[in-house]
Amino acid sequence: MSELGIRIEHLRKRYGEGNTAVAALKDVNMTVAPGEVIGLIGPSGSGKSTLLKCLGAVVEPTGGRMVLRGETIYDDGWKIPDLRTLRRDSIGFVFQAPYLIPFLDVTDNVALLPMLAGPPNGEARQRARDLLAALDVAHRAQAQPSELSGGEQQRVSIARALANRPPVILADEPTAPLDSERALAVMRILNQMAMQYHTAIIVVTHDEKFIPTFKRLYQIRDGSTHEEAGEGRSL
Amino acid sequence: MISLAGRDILHSWGKFVLTGIGLGLLIGVTLTMADVYRGMVDDARTLQNNSGADLWVVQQDTQGPHAESSSLRDDAVRGVLGLPGVARAASVTYLTMQVQRAAAGGVASARGSEDDVRAMVVGFELGQPPEPDYLVAGRHITRSHNEAIADVRTGFALGERIRRHDYTVVGLTRRMVSSGGDPMVFIPLKDAQEAKFLKDNDAIVNERARTAANPSLNRPGVPGLLEAIQASQANNRNVNAILVQVQPGTDVESVAEPMRRWKHLEAFTREQMEEILVVKLIATSAKQIGMFLVILAIVSAAIVAFIIYTMTLGKIREIAVLKLIGTRNRTIAGMILQQALGLGLIGFVVGKISATVWAPVFPKYVLLETGDAVRGLVAVMVICALASTLAIRIALKVDPAEAIGG
Repeated sequence: MSELGIRIEHLRKRYGEGNTAVAALKDVNMTVAPGEVIGLIGPSGSGKSTLLKCLGAVVEPTGGRMVLRGETIYDDGWKIPDLRTLRRDSIGFVFQAPYLIPFLDVTDNVALLPMLAGPPNGEARQRARDLLAALDVAHRAQAQPSELSGGEQQRVSIARALANRPPVILADEPTAPLDSERALAVMRILNQMAMQYHTAIIVVTHDEKFIPTFKRLYQIRDGSTHEEAGEGRSL
Repeated sequence: MISLAGRDILHSWGKFVLTGIGLGLLIGVTLTMADVYRGMVDDARTLQNNSGADLWVVQQDTQGPHAESSSLRDDAVRGVLGLPGVARAASVTYLTMQVQRAAAGGVASARGSEDDVRAMVVGFELGQPPEPDYLVAGRHITRSHNEAIADVRTGFALGERIRRHDYTVVGLTRRMVSSGGDPMVFIPLKDAQEAKFLKDNDAIVNERARTAANPSLNRPGVPGLLEAIQASQANNRNVNAILVQVQPGTDVESVAEPMRRWKHLEAFTREQMEEILVVKLIATSAKQIGMFLVILAIVSAAIVAFIIYTMTLGKIREIAVLKLIGTRNRTIAGMILQQALGLGLIGFVVGKISATVWAPVFPKYVLLETGDAVRGLVAVMVICALASTLAIRIALKVDPAEAIGG
């Protein structure tokens, strides 16, 4: 497994202290290589969201280790000091709902991340236009998010997640609000983008019809992950 | 970097502008309150400036006719004229009253009418201060009786006849007002002295009968005594003040001092009279307006805080997403602050325009000063900035994990 993806070893997360402490994650181990799309499945309350928050560097794990693109992020209580910059530059997020910024047009929704990172506005917008073209929504570049269909919004949110060329994208049930056809299109795009940009993509999903499409799956039960080989059916 | 605040405002500009207009009307009221105060101060200064006096000579131990009752004999002016350093001195009377338009034929109802005008009647010696220098229409008074010059705000027209005595308006002037903002009507001093103590015919007959029935005033064997007493009762030889202009280069205080010491009069310099007119006479009104301003400022701050807070609450999810994707806290705080300032700016522009539009409708003078507008703008911006802190606090507390859900 290449060191340039994401690797998690014995990750733990406990909420609360003493008798009221709840162990949301007990022993999570996971590796995802660049360009790989893996599935993360599990019943409600199994710890998926907590794991996603730890991976997204918005919740600090209680213990364990997380290495991203060869750089240690957490290591048994230690963490890198600037998690905000890490999120901006190294982690892309695709949510169940697109959560586009309603007062920015499509181009600026995508260009916002590069702009936050520093490139001049022109360069950031060009990068956004390229991504929108790759995701086949270039014709909606000037539209407001409210003018887009659900599928278009989700494609724009994928473009936003890719805008800073992050090594990892976390996709939290990205197909949930979409009909079958659009959901399939989104999953194809995620796989295509993983290949094209060498991005490791972790997809949380409940959608039974997509589970066979992953080559590798992580099942999370009672706060622990179990790796399973997927069928890798083509989309 | 794009302006998130600007984009948000443009996105929901209708809501933003309507909110700004609402806030602007409130700011307009606040600015108007300040302008009303400025108008009062300006009225007081105008009264003083229009008098053209370097010294106000009034009854001993009083602060002059605008502050309290002041009565001097009208021959006191001669003694004042004889003092070294005095260039000009003239008696003047002030009387605030309801001035009525005379009906056709010169008759007006003593009960008054809707045409009554609250005015300060000024009696002056012709050619002497405080005769108005500048007329917008007509001519100066040339006869010693029955002519008047009126401020245009009285609404009187040239040639119109007014009472109580029958006066004809021969000239119109402008910005001649009392310290209370009432427009002035100038009449000759003798007429004013008479008007001040004018009795109706029945009262004069009754007074004469009372005097004649008083044995100490109607002594047998003293011919002419009763007539002399009745004549003195019919005359009023008092004035309210003497306005003095000193010779160029003369120290005003050195002229005032002998008046106080030897003439048993009180004399106020321009600075002292300004303090009476501006500081003392309108002190209560100024405090009243000041309280209004404080309350309006607090209400404005509360409204801005509430609006910005509500707008921020409506964007919690977007703020969480922004934080999740790595937006700095200061960028988010800046967005909220800029929106608050934008709202304040719209509010101020609307408020300033509103105050300017409705100022002439006010019955008293409302003075719009650029300095006040600038101070108002700064105050609005500071209030908006302070009011945004609550919303910024809420925004900074938003957990980026909220965007992920679960």
